[in-house]
Amino acid sequence: MTEPSTMLSTVQEVITALKDKPGALLPILHGIQDALGYIPADSVPVIAKALNLSRAEVHGVISFYHYFRDTPPGKHTIHLCRAESCQAMGASHLEAHVKSKLGIDFHETTGDGQFSLEPVYCLGNCACSPAMQIGHDIYGRVCASAFDDIINELERSA
Amino acid sequence: MSITVYVPCDSSAVSLGADRVAAAIADQARQRGIAVNLVRNGSRGMYWLEPLVEVATDAGRIAYGPVQTSDVAGLFDADFINGGAHALALGLTEELDYFKRQQRLTFARVGATDPVNLDDYLAHDGYRGLNNALNMAQADIVKAVTDSGLRGRGGAAFPTGIKWNTVLNTPAETKYIICNADEGDSGTFSDRMVMEGDPFVLVEGMTIAGLAVGATQGYIYLRIEYPHAHKALNTAIEKAYAANYLGDNIQGSGKSFHLEVRLGAGAYVCGEETSLMESLEGKRGLVRFKPPLPAISGLFGKPTVVNNVISLASVPIILDKGGDHYRDFGMGRSRGTLPLQLAGNLKHTGLVEAAFGMTLRELLYDFGGGSASGRPIKAVQVGGPLGAYLPESQFDTPLDYEAFAAIWAVVGHGGVVAFDDTVDMAAMAKYSMEFCAIESCGKCTPCRIGSTRGYELMDEIIQGKDLDKNVPLLRSLCDTLLNGSLCALGGMTPYPVLSALNHFPEDFGVNAVAKVA
Repeated sequence: MTEPSTMLSTVQEVITALKDKPGALLPILHGIQDALGYIPADSVPVIAKALNLSRAEVHGVISFYHYFRDTPPGKHTIHLCRAESCQAMGASHLEAHVKSKLGIDFHETTGDGQFSLEPVYCLGNCACSPAMQIGHDIYGRVCASAFDDIINELERSA
Repeated sequence: MSITVYVPCDSSAVSLGADRVAAAIADQARQRGIAVNLVRNGSRGMYWLEPLVEVATDAGRIAYGPVQTSDVAGLFDADFINGGAHALALGLTEELDYFKRQQRLTFARVGATDPVNLDDYLAHDGYRGLNNALNMAQADIVKAVTDSGLRGRGGAAFPTGIKWNTVLNTPAETKYIICNADEGDSGTFSDRMVMEGDPFVLVEGMTIAGLAVGATQGYIYLRIEYPHAHKALNTAIEKAYAANYLGDNIQGSGKSFHLEVRLGAGAYVCGEETSLMESLEGKRGLVRFKPPLPAISGLFGKPTVVNNVISLASVPIILDKGGDHYRDFGMGRSRGTLPLQLAGNLKHTGLVEAAFGMTLRELLYDFGGGSASGRPIKAVQVGGPLGAYLPESQFDTPLDYEAFAAIWAVVGHGGVVAFDDTVDMAAMAKYSMEFCAIESCGKCTPCRIGSTRGYELMDEIIQGKDLDKNVPLLRSLCDTLLNGSLCALGGMTPYPVLSALNHFPEDFGVNAVAKVA
């Protein structure tokens, strides 16, 4: 966990760099989440003040978008596709396997802090369904055993 | 002399191991002392063959695929760098049946060139459209686009030239060009392929749009799920600025155009143009009432062109070869080509750019090769998560906006997702309601509340509860969504739901079918 003072100085740096862009709020939120992994509640009043918005407005934007999170993620965030093309290739079975292998549901993080699981509605990898993304890495034609191999490899390299 | 080997950097190819294959080829070449010029191209769109490795020979580019790292040493042993025979050898890439039968206009360079190499882009007819546009009157640029018959490829199919004309004729000091790159429709990936495989064509198309309507600032609103496209676009934009294809006084013309990529944050509804503009302004992505049209009062209240990636990427060839050239492809009022995306349970998934008019059956069987599982194809969803499910009896419908509208279906963004006979269509209808509930922006009641009630209703129907009451109630609810929603999310969720019910009533436990709409 980041120290509060470090956290706020990171937030301030991001705000200073981006606040003069037209429609700066989303770029700022991305900048903070890129740097910290999430958007801490303590950053909301700082952002609000810099952009001359109410805290409610900033909170409203954060909560509107599925991608933004207000809690720290696990070391690896797994985005598992639930959309139609992946369903046509067995995504529902894969989803059940993933949840049972990790022992968590969507929007949860494993007890050891290694993996967070999020649903995603299309990764544009529909020609290679079922698909998932871990960090920036995208995987296609994922079956249960391929998933286990990927997870075991990530755990080994931890 | 070094030999050029191509390994795609396309994210789907990478998802199947293309990066590792590229590294293995570089490694083997080094070990064997062979000079190889490794180019990371876009994908040719034949994804069942990915990673598809190509070698440049005097006869043309020869393809090998699908290549895994374990195949690489064997390929070198077989002298693949000189087109040697190997079990994975496929012959000349551009002679492959799947590729040869297409009409690639918008995708002409995708897979052929190094996506982020400006010289390569210029050597393959890049920036010819812009060079023409720089010497044309604004109204003439708009006229060329109008004459081409190009209609919005995002799904709504509104004539692009008419939209541009409205912005051109709305006086304002500031105007904007927005590229809607929030390709959220499941089963679609053509925008992604262009942005990763030929980003300059989008930059060029937006620049031409800017010249045409008098806008000097453009934004590409890109979905967060596309990190590879983000990188490719930013690299292309940087190089376009460096070579004065973006910025002030473009190529000494006195005209300016600036371009920036902005990232979405996982909200499907932000693919709706007014929601997208709210998001760009830094707000919740709530849908706006129309009118005013974005062309009159759009981003920050200024006249704004909002076009899909494929629409804008089709503009350079129209300005290069003329509106007539583009219009000569297609049928009826659907002019030009449509990049179709074959996805789901098909043997040969991929990108097929073809003139409008091919039947769905040709696409599914002649190109797609039938189902991947070998079982009969039961249903096909065309046009994304808000598109209708089509049964086998409708497979002879030609891909044409009007022909699809006539059977209460949509072509949309050209996504085609096939399901074999193991699919439960009631479960798919339930999923459609769930998706609408998750993604609803919440502004209008039919969509916000109706989707949740629809999800609950489908749950009861699947359990076989009160079908006499619940099925008519589902139809009534869909009627409310269809006619009472503010945008297409609520307004079109009934398409997959009711088409599933009408065409596959047995999956809902009902026999009698009263056709709706």
